[in-house]
Order: sequence, then C-alpha cells, then structure tokens
Amino acid sequence: MTAPTRAPQRTRRARYAAMGRAPQETPAGVGTYLLLAVSMLFAAFPLYWMFVIATSTDDALAQIPPTVVPGSQFLVNIEEVFSSQDVFFAAGLINSFVVSTVVTASVLFFSSLAGFAFAKLRFRGSRVLMLIVIITLTVPNQLGVVALYIVMGELGWNGTLLAVIVPGLVTAFGVFYMRQFIVNTVPDELIESARVDGASTMRVYWSIALPALRPAMAVLGLLTFVATWNDYQWPLITLGGTDFPTSMVAVSDLAAGNYVVYRRVLAGAFVATVPLLVMLVIGGRQIVRGIMEGALKS
Amino acid sequence: MSTTRAAPPGRTGRPPGGPRPATRMSWRDRLHRFDLRYVPYLLVAPFFLLFLVFGLFPLIYNGVVSLRHYRLDDPTLTGWAGFDNFARLFTDSDFWNALYNTLGIFVLSTVPQLFLALVLASLLNRKLRAQTWWRVGFLVPYVTPLVASTLVFGVFFSRDHGLANWALQTLGLGDPAAPIDWRASKPAAWTAIATMVNWKWIGYNALLYLAAMQSIPRDVYEASALDGAGAWRQLWRITVPMIQPVVIFTVVLSTIGGFQLFTEPMLFELNSQAATGGSNGEWQSIAQLIYKVGWKDLNLGYAAAMSWALFLIILVVAGFNSWLTSRFSGGRR
Repeated sequence: MTAPTRAPQRTRRARYAAMGRAPQETPAGVGTYLLLAVSMLFAAFPLYWMFVIATSTDDALAQIPPTVVPGSQFLVNIEEVFSSQDVFFAAGLINSFVVSTVVTASVLFFSSLAGFAFAKLRFRGSRVLMLIVIITLTVPNQLGVVALYIVMGELGWNGTLLAVIVPGLVTAFGVFYMRQFIVNTVPDELIESARVDGASTMRVYWSIALPALRPAMAVLGLLTFVATWNDYQWPLITLGGTDFPTSMVAVSDLAAGNYVVYRRVLAGAFVATVPLLVMLVIGGRQIVRGIMEGALKS
Repeated sequence: MSTTRAAPPGRTGRPPGGPRPATRMSWRDRLHRFDLRYVPYLLVAPFFLLFLVFGLFPLIYNGVVSLRHYRLDDPTLTGWAGFDNFARLFTDSDFWNALYNTLGIFVLSTVPQLFLALVLASLLNRKLRAQTWWRVGFLVPYVTPLVASTLVFGVFFSRDHGLANWALQTLGLGDPAAPIDWRASKPAAWTAIATMVNWKWIGYNALLYLAAMQSIPRDVYEASALDGAGAWRQLWRITVPMIQPVVIFTVVLSTIGGFQLFTEPMLFELNSQAATGGSNGEWQSIAQLIYKVGWKDLNLGYAAAMSWALFLIILVVAGFNSWLTSRFSGGRR
C-alpha cells in the first residue's frame, strides 16, 4: 500500500484471480519479474563466484569486502591443477568423458529396446515385468554399495572404469521414460501395417519406433550424461586412491590434505563444470521438457 | 494364434500341402513365431540381467555381509557374526549422532526447499517473456556438479574470509568481532549444508510443480473464483491442493535423497578425505559414516549392517512423510 507503483498492479492481479482466470493466462507483472530476477541471481551466483576465485590469486580470497570481479590468473591456476601431484586431473577428465559417453549411448540403446517391447509388443508377463521396473525406480541403489564393492572385487573390476560403467548401462528410469514416450507417439496401426508387410520385430523397432523416438532420446541422453558425469560416491569408493579417477574424484582430491589452495580447487571444479554448462546451453530446452514430462507421468 | 494374425495373409492362407514349400514355410514360420514370442524377452533382458547382478543381488548380499565378519584389512577373519553387527549399532554413539545429523539437515533442507519451490513455480506460472530461458536458468544448480558447488559453498562458509559471514555482518546480523564458525557447531554446520541442498534442488522441484500447475484445468479457476482473493490465496486454496500428488512425489524424492546425503558433508570438510564430518562429527551423515566405517576403518560387515538400518529408516520416514503430506496439503477443502 505504501509503495504507489505496486498498488495498481496488485489490484489488477487480484481482479484476475477474482475473475477466475488461470495464473498461466495472467501476464506477469513487474513484481514477478523482479522476484524472478533476484532468485536467478541466487541460482547463478555460486557458479559465477567459482569462476571469480578460479581466476584470482590467493590474496583475492582474503579480501574484505570480497572481490566480485574475475582476475587474470586463470591459466596459471589451471596449469597448477593439471600438474598437481596425485590428482591425475587430465586422466579424470578423459575418464569422465569415456564413462559418460559409453553409459549414455548404452542407456539410450537398451532403454529404447526395452521401452519399445513394453509399449508395443504383447508377451506373457509383460505387466508384471513392467511393475518390477517401476518398483526398482524407487529403490535407492546406493544402499547396496558395500556388497557391490565386494561383487566388483570378485570380478576384479574395482579400480577400473568397468566398475563405474557396467552398473549404469541401462536404468529403470530410462526404460520407464522410453515406454511412456513410445506408448503415446507411435501409432499401433503403423506397426500393424509394417507387420502385414512382413517386417520383423527388430525391423519395426529400427524403422518405425527409432525415428519417432528422437526427441525422447535427446532428453534421456542429456539427463543421463549429466547424472553420470556428476556421480561421486560410487566412483570415489571404487576409483579413489588410484591414478585413474573420474573428474569428480580428481576435483575432490584437489581439496584433500592439510593445506588446500582454493583458487586451484575451484579452477579444477570450474573446468569440470564447463562441459555441463555447455550442454545446458545447447540442450536446456530438452532438459526442461524431460523434467516436466517426467513429473506428469509419475 | 497370434502368429496368424500378424503374419502376411498371402502366406499363412496357403494350405500346408506341397512337400518342398512346406519345409521352407515351416522354417520361416518358426522364425516368425520365435520373433513374436521370444524376441520381446530378449529386448527387455538386458535391463533385468543388469539389475539382478548389480542391483538386486548386492542389496540381498548386503544382508548376508551384515551378518558376517568382513574386514578388508584382515581376510582371515571370516565367519558368521550373527546379529553382532546390528547389536553394536544400538550402542554406537557415532551411528546415533549421524542419524541425528541426517534428520536435522533433512528437516532444514526439505521444508524450505519445497516451500520456496512452490513459490518459484507459481512465479513461473504466468505469461512470461522468454519463458524457456527462465526455466533453463533455474536449472543451472541442477546441472552443476555437486562436488563443484559444495566446494564453492565450503569457501562461502569459511569463518574468517567467507562471504556468508561478510553478508551477515553487512546486513547487521553478525558480529564482526565474533564471526560464526560454520564448522564448529551443529546448528551452524547443518544450516550451511542445508543451504547447499536447497540451492541445488529448488529450481528442479519448481519445474516439477510448474508442470503439474499447468495441467490444472482452467475452468477450475473459473469455477472457484474467490471473491477478491489475490494470487497468493489462489495459490494456497486452489493450486496447491490440485497438485497434491506431485507434492507427495517430491516429498518422497527428497526423503530418499536427504537420507543418502553424502557429497555435501564429505566435501564440507576442510580435508576432503577425512570423512569424519567435523572434528566432533558435527555434521557427519549416515551415508558418510557408512563410507568411513567401510573404507577408512575397513569394516565392511558393520558398514553393511548400517546400510540395512538406513534402508529401513528410509522406508519408514518416506511412508510417514507421504502420509503427513497428504493429510496437510489435501485436507483444506
């Protein structure tokens, strides 16, 4: 009431609500934009500040009030990150790329196959099997981590990338997501007519389901890549202490020990974050859609 | 039977007469039948195989390990331990301390997180310019690696030159002479860690809520036009009860996530390898304690018992929370 500029706007909004107008049809007012902008500032600031420290000298951290302008030391800090002893940062980046790429490709392939079978093929027990998939969605697999480590030990995979790659090759979420997508987008008639023409199951998958799946592939691929890249606990357990870490383990190694150089730690963290920011810029639309569609189906 | 339905009519319609075509046909038929009957199982097999070996088996085997002596540093010490590991849990002050911390951080992070996500979602649920970019922007915390963001927050919350203390002092809320030592007491450490969790998940949850909000039929708003009510009341009286299923879903999700809290407490430490959660375990979480017991103290048997206990706790709390949420978010009208 005291602020004269806000009063008319609030009454207008109240009027819309009173008229029974849905919020998504009500144009956003200045206040909404302002609040959104402030929230965005909070969301983005830690990332920005990571960059500030990553480009600064040690003195910048000790300044009061803190610096908010990037320095010019980025290359120096990066060089130190890559040459840090017992961190194996370059190997970590390469490993993360390998692991995330292989896991993503495999999740897309196997999930789309299984999702296709659950959505469009009739076979005995398919309902029960699908129910099992949905139940496994809710089981936190982290709880089996001790036994998983023992299993990997028996296989001789601990300390190798196999231990990180193989358990993630196909996920319940992927199967579920693909199934939902195929049910809604691939018409049964199209499959029937292909069958009449003598197409085999794999043929139907390849030339009818797969082309229709592209948008879902983009979404699932991005979500899988991000999740795999960011995974920390299991890679730390199985790869920690080896000279063959993932990038996340390598970054956390930068912060180990009694004397931690934060500009170095955050320079490493920043480098390991950049690939995901690039993905967000390129595929942000798809990621948003994937999350929002997932919400409606659950 | 299903074979005849989908098979090319020209071929199946043929009588099984002539000797040469019959053998050729039956081979094709067999292939076709195999294709229809068994290929579906082949397509879903990879998932179930992988889940059996690396999902279900470890979960069950975890139970076996928890009943045995299993130490990484002493392979000769094997054999059944009975319920020793579980009995030890009850008197292990580290375990109860970790449980207390996990619960505390969970409450401090879940409640504000979901509340702010609701508010943010309702802000996004307007006719906006550059709509997609707002949504993408709020996903920055979601894609940022937890390892990276935790390390940044770790610097924010340092005692002497941290941004958090500086901001508090600038706002007149902190005493420059006695800056808060964020790693010295439970309330401070819990707040710091809860801040990281909230930062990470508010945008993501807001998108989940937004999706649900946009699927509310418009005539609901028309039908229940409140006399003179503003947008705020509309949010709590109409929108929130309508999206209740998604709210429950997010509560369950954040319960499962909250009780497995690992990366934040690990990397909040000044030495990321310590796994102690502060000098006196101020913020040691259960997942972190499991890691410490298993891979620092090398007692896998005991760590397995803790994992089972954690599993049961998650089940109970997730059930309780969804019951609580359905009571409170739907019972309004």
